Amino acid sequence: MNWDLKEVSKDIRCDVLSSIAHVGVGHLGGSLSIVDVLTVLYFEAMKVNPQDPHMPGRDRFVCSKGHAGPAVYATLSRRGFFDRERLFVLNDGGAGMPSHCDMHIPGVDMTAGSLGQGFSCAVGMALGSRLEDDGATVYALLGDGESQEGQIWESAMFAASKKLDNLIAFTDYNKLQSDGTVAQINDLAPLGAKWAAFGWNVIDVASGNDVDEISAAVRQAKANRGSGKPTMVILNTVKGCGVQWIMDLGVASHSCNINEEQLKAAIAVIKGV
Amino acid sequence: MEMRAVYAACLAEMMEKDPHVVVLDADLSGSHGTKKLYERFPNQAFNCGIAEQNMACVAAGLSTYGFKPWIESFTPFTTRRICDQIAISVCYADQNVKIVGSDPGITAQLNGGTHMSMEDIGVLRSIPNIVIVEPADTVQLRAAMEALDAYEHPAYLRLFRKELPVLFDENTYKFDLFKVDTMREGSDLTIFVSGFMTKDALDAAEILSKEGISCEVVNVHTIKPIDREGVIRAARKTGAVLDLDNHNVIGGLHSAVLEVLAAEKIPCSVVGVQDRFGEVGKLPYLREVMGMRLEDIVEAARKAVSLK
Repeated sequence: MNWDLKEVSKDIRCDVLSSIAHVGVGHLGGSLSIVDVLTVLYFEAMKVNPQDPHMPGRDRFVCSKGHAGPAVYATLSRRGFFDRERLFVLNDGGAGMPSHCDMHIPGVDMTAGSLGQGFSCAVGMALGSRLEDDGATVYALLGDGESQEGQIWESAMFAASKKLDNLIAFTDYNKLQSDGTVAQINDLAPLGAKWAAFGWNVIDVASGNDVDEISAAVRQAKANRGSGKPTMVILNTVKGCGVQWIMDLGVASHSCNINEEQLKAAIAVIKGV
Repeated sequence: MEMRAVYAACLAEMMEKDPHVVVLDADLSGSHGTKKLYERFPNQAFNCGIAEQNMACVAAGLSTYGFKPWIESFTPFTTRRICDQIAISVCYADQNVKIVGSDPGITAQLNGGTHMSMEDIGVLRSIPNIVIVEPADTVQLRAAMEALDAYEHPAYLRLFRKELPVLFDENTYKFDLFKVDTMREGSDLTIFVSGFMTKDALDAAEILSKEGISCEVVNVHTIKPIDREGVIRAARKTGAVLDLDNHNVIGGLHSAVLEVLAAEKIPCSVVGVQDRFGEVGKLPYLREVMGMRLEDIVEAARKAVSLK
């Protein structure tokens, strides 16, 4: 099925906002910045089966920046892995929907939240896929702040050393973290050169919230299979993308409040009504 | 035969039988006797280099793919160094990862204080969803590894690497992962022990028997989940307890036993590491400075009985 990715991404954005608004507070900025890559992955690139979330040979996705769970859940529910109603018990006690990614939720391939770990798990999956020879591609999404964790670079070295060219990673390079800008706190630049130096193919996407650019980058990354190198796609994104007042919050968008009124206004803008 | 030789042989058998059993190293395969597995099973042995955090999570990722990874290194590097990876990616995510820590407690000897983990059991015991096993000899080690292979959840194997006296009869030994092994019946004092000190417990019991003190020696190979029923039954039988703990007396076997016996009015003593770091030296020296020699155990046993 061919989806209108731009329209799908709008629906997912609205669901992310609605789901977090149910709680009243959450990781809005870093959830909204990755909606477009999630859209491209789940509605175009990935071989998955919502009716059989554990289908052997499926492609895998690990959201290593586990706090963006609301974006992953909204995407999975849109794709048909579970009912949309489930988005509205986010962080409710006993509901089994923690906002940090949890693999007990249909379609979530790995639990994540302690930064740096999900990426290593994805590397393990890529190794597993190669050993099983199931032809799957393993995708991982890293935060830029998360990339300050030493474990990320342990994994980067290992994946290149083991020639895991069935692994495609993304960096959500929105350049903001909880306490300030990435440049101020502990700069990652030059990020692409770092990954290249670690033995990875690197693709830089100037507009990391543009589904067409992301789609082209994923096709290019997939074509790298056989190169003997994993691929890092650096997505230059905007934290809070799609909602002006959240983008305007800058650093404060990492975790912020949203009320019903703000939600309605944001949805109206996204839907263009 | 050295414990590591049996460990490696047992791993090899499991890998031969099941291509999903894999071993991961952090540049210490040579120390664990597993180096030869790399040639024999090139698709089941992976050296992660000196990067234990990545190793633990790669193992978790492999487990999500149906593999059964065993990760190994010296005790401090597979426990305290990667505590969070074990807690979240292995235990919280309930992945079938077997964690092997070798040279526990004072047995790190010449590697000294930096390589001595006196807290590994305490650290891991406070994480839910992990089984902790410390074998006392090669027979128990083999039985434990087979049981852990069949147990498809997180587990920690605390492994003494060198040679140990064989205490169990391989022809008759029946291992139950979740039950203690009573190795000697007694009526005056119950000694709880795991790992290499098990031989000391038996030797102490023999010495004490000549003084008219009858010791029950109970091997607690599985420290978590501890066999509550077995511990309580053995403690009540004699009315006095001595724990032998190659670990800080805070958090290890002794603590586990105390937690079980908290409601019992039974005096509990301990021979173990008294909340201090390790230091370099050979085992006789370390036993002496830590108060963990056979004579220390015998003396502690006499005192323990007098507390009744």
